[in-house]
Amino acid sequence: MPLLEIKNLQVEFGSGAHAARAVDGVSLSLEAGKTLCLVGESGSGKSVTALSIAKLVPSPPARYVGGEILIEGRDVLKMSSRELRDIRGGLVSYVFQEPGASLNPVFRIGAQIKESLKYHRPAAANDTEVIRLLKLVGIPAPESRLRNYPHELSGGMQQRVMIAMALASQPKLLVADEPTTALDVTIQAQIIELLGDLRKQLGMAVLLITHNLGIVGDLADDVAVMYAGQIVEHGPVREVLQRPLHPYTQALIQSVPDLEAEVERLTAIPGTVPLLGSFPGGCRFHPRCPKAQASCSTQAPELASVKAGRRVRCPLWDSLLEPQTVSHRA
Amino acid sequence: MNLLEIQDLKVHFPVAQRLFGRTKEFVRAVDGVSFTIAPGETVGLVGESGCGKTTLGRAAIKLVEPTSGRIMFEGEDIAALSGKELRARRRRFQMIFQDPFGSLDPRRTVSEIIGEALDIHGLAPDASARRQRIDALLKDVGLDPSHASRLPHEFSGGQRQRIGIARAVAVEPKLIVCDEPVSALDVSVQAQIINLLQDLQREHGIAYLFVAHDLAVVKHISRRILVMYLGRIVESGEAKEVCRAPKHPYTQALLSAVPVVDPDSKRQRILLAGDVPSPIHPPGGCPFHPRCPVAEARCKTEVPPLRELGSGHWAACHLAT
Amino acid sequence: MLLRLGNRLFWSAVTLLGTAVLTFLLVNAVPGDVARVIAGPKASPEVIKAIHTKFHLDEPIWKRLGYHLNNLAHGDLGQSYVTEQPVAEAILTRLPTTAALSTLAIILWMFLAVPLGVLTAKYSGSWFDRFVLVMATLSLSLPAFWLARMLQYWLSYKMGWFPVAGFRGFSHLLLPAGTLALLFVGYYARLIHSNMTEVLNSPYVRAARAKGAPETVVLFRHGLRNAMIPVVTILAMDVAGLLGGVMFTENVFALPGIGTLAVQSVFNLDVPVIMGTVMFSAVLVVAANLMVDVLYQWIDPRIKSAA
Ligand SMILES: Nc1ncnc2c1ncn2[C@@H]1O[C@H](COP(=O)(O)OP(=O)(O)OP(=O)(O)O)[C@@H](O)[C@H]1O
Ligand SMILES: Nc1ncnc2c1ncn2[C@@H]1O[C@H](COP(=O)(O)OP(=O)(O)OP(=O)(O)O)[C@@H](O)[C@H]1O
Ligand code: SF4
Ligand code: SF4
Ligand SMILES: [Mg+2]
Ligand SMILES: [Mg+2]
Repeated sequence: MPLLEIKNLQVEFGSGAHAARAVDGVSLSLEAGKTLCLVGESGSGKSVTALSIAKLVPSPPARYVGGEILIEGRDVLKMSSRELRDIRGGLVSYVFQEPGASLNPVFRIGAQIKESLKYHRPAAANDTEVIRLLKLVGIPAPESRLRNYPHELSGGMQQRVMIAMALASQPKLLVADEPTTALDVTIQAQIIELLGDLRKQLGMAVLLITHNLGIVGDLADDVAVMYAGQIVEHGPVREVLQRPLHPYTQALIQSVPDLEAEVERLTAIPGTVPLLGSFPGGCRFHPRCPKAQASCSTQAPELASVKAGRRVRCPLWDSLLEPQTVSHRA
Repeated sequence: MNLLEIQDLKVHFPVAQRLFGRTKEFVRAVDGVSFTIAPGETVGLVGESGCGKTTLGRAAIKLVEPTSGRIMFEGEDIAALSGKELRARRRRFQMIFQDPFGSLDPRRTVSEIIGEALDIHGLAPDASARRQRIDALLKDVGLDPSHASRLPHEFSGGQRQRIGIARAVAVEPKLIVCDEPVSALDVSVQAQIINLLQDLQREHGIAYLFVAHDLAVVKHISRRILVMYLGRIVESGEAKEVCRAPKHPYTQALLSAVPVVDPDSKRQRILLAGDVPSPIHPPGGCPFHPRCPVAEARCKTEVPPLRELGSGHWAACHLAT
Repeated sequence: MLLRLGNRLFWSAVTLLGTAVLTFLLVNAVPGDVARVIAGPKASPEVIKAIHTKFHLDEPIWKRLGYHLNNLAHGDLGQSYVTEQPVAEAILTRLPTTAALSTLAIILWMFLAVPLGVLTAKYSGSWFDRFVLVMATLSLSLPAFWLARMLQYWLSYKMGWFPVAGFRGFSHLLLPAGTLALLFVGYYARLIHSNMTEVLNSPYVRAARAKGAPETVVLFRHGLRNAMIPVVTILAMDVAGLLGGVMFTENVFALPGIGTLAVQSVFNLDVPVIMGTVMFSAVLVVAANLMVDVLYQWIDPRIKSAA
């Protein structure tokens, strides 16, 4: 049994005529100890999917209109609020994009970490354990940091504190929603390295959300690409990045400038990312797809398994695949 | 002749006001920077958050008052100019901002926004010429001229950035300072904007000072690169050279930290310890020494000067060769 | 920190001095001979003359301003023209009543406003939220004088639940304080509501939920403390500004507080008392400002290091 299994998840915002499905039929599974990356551009539904795992999208305005989220076989969407509190920060811990805004500005960081311990490992809710956690995430002189307020730390340090807080409960799944997007490249490298180490050391599964394809290759076992609320491609990381099958994945990889390659002109994807509520009919990517056919604007493609471990939402993938697509510069 | 030549530019911001307004300390946002930009050339400026990129870019075109130094624009020192004299020259240097929404007046239509730039510099003799010019500009930046009467919020992020570009290009500048113009955009749209900037450069011979923290983007668009750390330039040179054989340990770390899509990439990451120090109390000696993986004793005391190590390739490090 | 406080104290002193000069000039610009007010319309010219000399009324205005400021600096607010009681004494004897009335009112309205604000933010858009919104708007638009009169009429005369007027103990404060509280509770409920709504959408509240914190802890520990940061400033300002509301309430309920003193002094053209009460409220405003500063340090740790 996988640690996490999401089946046909559907999340809507608004109601009646204004209802818009931000997540539309997402299915994913994650084995214990593995790392899955969820990539896609802004508004594609990555955060809503990730937050849904512990039912953290506030409802209202969100409505979980369909699907199941099974953690160790139990459906989160059917849990009582008491059970949810045990899952949140217990079995499943979160790290968010803006560490500065995700720490409560009026409490000391020691107290904030201790709070997590109190909920999930009350016996260990003491300074010694907090210091051990801070040391684990590489904060120098942790004893002297306990009484700091969040604003007294740099962005990188704040993110380390967030990670320490997430690890407090010894979770089986760590969900990191763009943990490095707000940080400088050199600090980003530190945090990615740290996450990679911790994952091995503690054997937890990681769901990493990012729009930076460069981070994917470093950490992931599998990767799922989202576009307009749906998964369009899913598979092992090396295969997806080196031989992308979906036209969107291909275009996305090509539009990233590469340090090691010399290109005169970047390959851009025309048009703009569609907004929630105005997703195009048929294949949602068809107005921007360089390979679109007439049928693409009318028939909504299914996410089909095309070979072992790979799923693609484009019926034409086979005929479109050029012999050696990749340019894995990308 | 160089289009722009910056000589020993300093911008210090006062901090910590005393009781009667006497200033005690300064943020040395830009601390003795020199560089040149040739006509039609793109110079990239990279560095970590807070190192002074925005301040340098703004000071170079006098949107921030420099504390000292010379700014030679087309052979004339504009550092000392102000008021009317400066305004008359503003037409020749423009700026594009990171947040395309914040820099566009939300209550004005696209044609008003672009038209204002034309009017300020008297570039539209009559209403119909103005109208035509605006249409042509919108077409140039890839927007539909029929959208001229819309408000900024009706556009996506990438389209807003196009409006900002149209406004800058409208007055036919020689230099545009681009302050992180693609950092807020989606990856797929980022490439569109970079291509557009390159097209405009080819057509109109505009020079860019292109500020970004993404080295891959900067390398792609720039002919030369300046690497900044704590208000100073620590390395500069041909973009390809700097990326192929970086001389300064900071540039080496920065390059190694850029994420690469290819999972088989063999690059070894150099992890820097610690954070960027405060520009109020920069470390003595080499400002990079507390984080430098190869620092020596003298790095703590001796400030390394910028030395030319290859043709046009400069670095400020005692050990660089 | 000390620097900041020193800075604050300096500007407080400047504010008070400015107020003193301004009120003096304004009050003395009012037409009407003060000596007539003091001695009555039938007083002989000799008496008037004597009064003029006694209060320096014949001397040029800048000289009188000098005397006035000098006296103020020595804590001397002068004497009432009417009762000849020292103004400072008049204010001090009435202070406890006014202070008790105000404190009780603040406690009442905050005890109501905090839960209302928090719960309406939590259940935003529900019927409960809408009902509170309507009531709050109503409370905001009530004229103070009218409300005081109505409550007095219905609850005291008709129902006999409260004493009608006068001051002979705590029970006499309840209705006036309740009246004041009603005038402010709506505003504060909405203020806390809007701050709380913002805070509840913040990443750190989401992070608190993601930790597994119970909803009450999320609301009252993580949320409320942050939501109260801006409220504290406004509350301190209102404590100072409360004197306006107090004036009406004290008069309607005939409470011997500073409000009644101020109103009487205006009717009597009792210049020293007018100036005294104005100075008193200025001191209150300045003190409130200082208090906000100190409170802020405690409630918002980010302030300390910014200084
Ligand atoms: N609380 C909310 N109310 C209304 N709409 C919402 C809410 N939260 C998310 N959405 C919408 O749901 C869609 C998916 O949002 P989501 O945050 O999952 O995107 P994302 O892929 O994480 O993008 P980003 O890269 O910008 O974080 C978006 O269109 C967003 O506007
Ligand atoms: N007007 C100002 N007053 C005081 N300090 C300032 C001012 N503007 C910038 N600074 C400081 O100067 C330093 C350099 O800032 P600047 O915005 O130039 O950095 P940057 O490299 O553009 O950073 P980022 O990548 O975050 O945009 C920072 O420490 C900043 O806090
Ligand atoms: S279905 Fe058609 S439009 Fe959609 S990705 Fe495939 S080819 Fe492109
Ligand atoms: S001068 Fe010394 S500290 Fe500075 S970069 Fe070179 S080796 Fe490192
Ligand atoms: Mg997101
Ligand atoms: Mg900047």
